[in-house]
Amino acid sequence: MRLDLDLTVDILTNFIKEETEKIGLKNVVLGLSGGIDSALSAALAAKALGGDRVYAYCMPYKLSSDESLKDAIKVAETFKLNFEVIEITDMVDPYFAMMDDISKLRMGNVMARQRMICLFDMSAKVGGLVLGTSNKTELLLGYGTWYGDLASAINPIGDLYKTQVWELSEYLGIPQSVVDKPPTADLWVGQTDEQELGFTYKQADDLLYAMIDERRRISELIRMGFEEEFVKKVADRVRRNQFKRNPVVIAKVSQRTIGRDFRYCRDWGY
Amino acid sequence: MRVHLAQIKPVLGDVEKNAAKHFEIIEHALQQGCEMVVFPELSLTGYYLLDLVYDVAMDESHPVYQKFLEYSKDIAIVFGYVYESKDRLFYNASAFVHRGVTVHQHRKVYLPDYTLFEEGRYFAAGNRIQTFETEFGTTGMLICEDVFHMSSLYILSQSGVQNIIILSNSPARGNLELGHDASNTWQTSNRYMAGVLTVNVIFVNRVGVEDGVSFWGGSEVYDARGRLLANLEMFKEQTACVDIDLENVRRARIETPFLRDEKSFLLRNFLNSERGIK
Repeated sequence: MRLDLDLTVDILTNFIKEETEKIGLKNVVLGLSGGIDSALSAALAAKALGGDRVYAYCMPYKLSSDESLKDAIKVAETFKLNFEVIEITDMVDPYFAMMDDISKLRMGNVMARQRMICLFDMSAKVGGLVLGTSNKTELLLGYGTWYGDLASAINPIGDLYKTQVWELSEYLGIPQSVVDKPPTADLWVGQTDEQELGFTYKQADDLLYAMIDERRRISELIRMGFEEEFVKKVADRVRRNQFKRNPVVIAKVSQRTIGRDFRYCRDWGY
Repeated sequence: MRVHLAQIKPVLGDVEKNAAKHFEIIEHALQQGCEMVVFPELSLTGYYLLDLVYDVAMDESHPVYQKFLEYSKDIAIVFGYVYESKDRLFYNASAFVHRGVTVHQHRKVYLPDYTLFEEGRYFAAGNRIQTFETEFGTTGMLICEDVFHMSSLYILSQSGVQNIIILSNSPARGNLELGHDASNTWQTSNRYMAGVLTVNVIFVNRVGVEDGVSFWGGSEVYDARGRLLANLEMFKEQTACVDIDLENVRRARIETPFLRDEKSFLLRNFLNSERGIK
């Protein structure tokens, strides 16, 4: 699963530059959480376009940790990004106040979608494409909010597993505190991804790489030594979350339905 | 022979813009004294056309094609386009034009239709692999996937080919520790083909990104002795003039007379046998 790092950086920076500039835009916009995924997207964008063309926003809620903000600032300084803090507390609290039985999960989703609203608004303000920050592990497991943090125009790291994100981040000189800390969605105090998922990213990536990239069947995975229950749990998660990875499902009526037999690339004419 | 390699990134579905880029490069090649210029597969249209196939298709009567014929008075031009036949079939095609006429048209025979490819959905498959005579010797054109089928290489070789021109749109993928799978396969294949068939190999691959897929470039030329004469960078739009000594074919076929010793009756007997009939 190890990467040819130079080659990967070439592909991803070229991707960001071309997919941004070919449609006539100059800048990119992204949420900088203080975590490693957004740090890597930002670092790649800075390498592709120069930090002055990258607009990074840290969007904490009142319960977000100070560490996250500090790390976001560190990343912005390292890669000389345009950086701003947009606190979302006053945007989402009135809504939470209206919903007396709101769960942690719903609150997390609302916050993720509020951040999406801010990012797309900043996108219109600075004329920048919204850069995705979801990695392949999250996308496969569906560990993200639909139309929240999963929403973006282009995503440079969506084909990299979390372990590859770590590898590439070290290589690009992302601050060590960001690389080393346990991954967290920072939706509530003390939350960590691995605790919530019930397995480590390393375990998930080893399995997903064999299952998805190497196309090994479940029986084969079990023979390789993966625990049957774990294999089935992960395979089921991948299946159940397909809806988050697909475009909207349209009821077919005509001869030519968008997405099914009306098919064009996003890069049509570019 | 002086060949100009045109490793470009076409605009997806915009024939006019792409044609303008071709003409600019052709003029540049002429200034540099090149006798041939080679563009990649679907160079006039871009790759992931999907439903755009029907909008960009053309035949020889198209004004852009006519302009190529005009330019070809002074230089041989190899380019890729979508050909619409009289019976309204659409082909992934390439043309070799020179001295104002189409010397040869190749229609891609092996259309990849798996993983990230869906050419079989949109294109009709060609059914001929042929060599043709040029001022630079007997030549054959193959489009990308065609190369990975022994029948293509065998037929060209047995038809007396001396130069194989490959137009390609190869996407970078399988990017792991030791380079990426696509370039490893192509470089091995190109070198093998040149050395074993004792032919000059001119491989032109596009660059650019379409909907997240990066085409890796790395265009290269091998002479008939399997020596690398030139290779362009990966992922960058680039051109280069390469001199190929056509006498190398003679030298190669004296040093390594694989073609002379090929026993094609073995193949004929096998194909005619029970095991050969599929």
